[in-house]
Amino acid sequence: MTLLEIQDLNVGVDSREIIRGLDLMVNAGEVHAIMGPNGSGKSTLSHVIAGKPGYEVTGGHILFRGEDLLEMEPNERAAKGVFLAFQYPVEIPGVTTMNFLRTALNAQRKARGRGELSTPEFLKKVREVAGSLNITRDMLKRGVNVGFSGGEKKRNEVLQMALFEPSLCILDEIDSGLDIDALRIVASGINGLRSPERAMIVITHYQRLLHYIVPDYVHVMSKGRVVKSGSKELALELEACGYAQFETAA
Amino acid sequence: MTQVLAKADAGCATSNFLASALERLPGAGLVPHIRARAFEAYARAGLPHRRMEAWRYTDLRALIGEVLPLAPRPDAAALARAKASARRVAVDQAVKLVLVDGIFAPELSDLGELKNELHVQSLREVLENSATGAMAGLVLSTTDDAVIALNAAMASDGLVISIAEGNTIRRPIQIVQVATGSSVSAFTRSYLQLDKGAHATVVQSFISAEGASGYQANDVLIALAGDEASLSHLRIAADAADAVNISSGIIAVGTRAKLDLFSMTCSGSINRYQGFVTLGGEGSKLSANGVNLVKDKLHADTTIVVDHAVPHCTSRQKFRAVVDDCGRSVFQGRIVVRPVAQKTVASLSTRALLLSDQAAADNKPELEISADDVTCSHGATSGALDNNLVFYLRARGLSEMDAQMLLIKAFIGESIEEIFADNLRDFVTAQAEHWLQERL
Repeated sequence: MTLLEIQDLNVGVDSREIIRGLDLMVNAGEVHAIMGPNGSGKSTLSHVIAGKPGYEVTGGHILFRGEDLLEMEPNERAAKGVFLAFQYPVEIPGVTTMNFLRTALNAQRKARGRGELSTPEFLKKVREVAGSLNITRDMLKRGVNVGFSGGEKKRNEVLQMALFEPSLCILDEIDSGLDIDALRIVASGINGLRSPERAMIVITHYQRLLHYIVPDYVHVMSKGRVVKSGSKELALELEACGYAQFETAA
Repeated sequence: MTQVLAKADAGCATSNFLASALERLPGAGLVPHIRARAFEAYARAGLPHRRMEAWRYTDLRALIGEVLPLAPRPDAAALARAKASARRVAVDQAVKLVLVDGIFAPELSDLGELKNELHVQSLREVLENSATGAMAGLVLSTTDDAVIALNAAMASDGLVISIAEGNTIRRPIQIVQVATGSSVSAFTRSYLQLDKGAHATVVQSFISAEGASGYQANDVLIALAGDEASLSHLRIAADAADAVNISSGIIAVGTRAKLDLFSMTCSGSINRYQGFVTLGGEGSKLSANGVNLVKDKLHADTTIVVDHAVPHCTSRQKFRAVVDDCGRSVFQGRIVVRPVAQKTVASLSTRALLLSDQAAADNKPELEISADDVTCSHGATSGALDNNLVFYLRARGLSEMDAQMLLIKAFIGESIEEIFADNLRDFVTAQAEHWLQERL
């Protein structure tokens, strides 16, 4: 089943073109890696799918389960099952992680026509997932990401991903700022969420992450479009030869 | 009496006003003379204006222009309206003392309760029963501030509360000041004395009864927290949308005594709270915090002057303002450290959140440090909500409004969480949330 269908997408910021005629099709159960040099438009793509304001879509479509995603508010997209793991998760002082998780989860459940979770149900669920990600109770009591290390922030993203049970996860450079141990924990958390109903788009610079999260497909982005697609072996090729060959191709 | 009390432009006032008001103001013996002197002091200075540093952002001559005539004594209908409004802001478990249009209303107050622990009289009662004028000092104006001088001249009533040595009053004492009239003013003046080791919480709520509009409230609270005493004082101004409220707090804190001060302004047209705190005993501690919730055309000014007069005192201040529409929030925080006040620790943080393009915030921290072995810091910021935070929350399923609400609550929470007592913190939080809901 096709989850995400992007056709001839064109996106600009301040009348500068960032994405130029991008196509991408993602089915349930698949893991797609998007690689590419800095400035190729990878993060912009993730922001546009999630609905971040400030981008102008000048052409093309993004369909999610056949519905026009671009017509939806960011919170509606979240409720439909789109989840963006941020490259730079923000710090929110004064809002405890626990309160934030609960508010967000209940907002999504409400939008999906489901009732709020009871406190014991919610706590059980959070503690279960938090435990598997080495997230301590103390972290859950602190302000969202306040005083968290880079690795802790990324683990907190994965925690949310597990709690909200999205059908499409976009991981924007989830490996940036992680040491090898943190990377293992994060990757194993993500792998645990792979399922036939769920798709993932893994955005990264480096092949390294793809040792841990093995993709079904690899796409190379350059200058705002996908210039080459292939199997996981393409990532190895990139590691060996670099992105330079695609810069000219685009 | 439709004539105004004092024209602003000239800054002078005709003493006829005082003369006509005096008949209705309590106090015999020396009292009328002291009132007349205070009135002269006011008349010389006139309403404060922007060329005076302390009133730079709140130019009363421009903002209110004139002082309105004294409100009439509330009749039965006014008291009934006041009662209904007072009920809505009642703090759970509080001993309630109600002033209506500047006059103490015993029939609306819980006077009989706690009479063993708490000594309460109305200012009127004290001044009238003091034939010799021994209590005349209660209307003595000790500062050169014109609005305080005017209050001394015109105060029609107030409360005189004392708590004896070592007594702890567990229930909050709530002074509810209700305005029922229109285009009139009320002058109230209260005294609060905590003797050595006494503990109390005093909440002051300024509200309006249904139908009240365009009134002016001028209140002065003079408090003394004796040695080792502990006073929590909350002031919440929720006046009618077109009302003026000028309140002053003059509070002295004794040796190893503690003062927790919290001020919230959430409605009205012009609001100024000026708190003058003297840390006059070694080892005394002040925690002063507050929130200005400003929308429509409200001008809300919170000015705190802390005088570190002796060594080893601590003051911590945290003020937050949320400003929407064409509102303006002013925060002035002046910290004076006297030459003898070594080992002073003082901090001041003031932040404003601007929610509209027309919203304005003025933050003025002022440190006057004359001692060398002190730790003093201050910080002031103002800005809009961070769009990255709003987007993060929206991407997690919160609507834009809910995301903003959560962030604003967290922002003011930084100040509200400093309120020591759980029930009062909840009370203030509920009022703030009500304000936020109304904003939508």
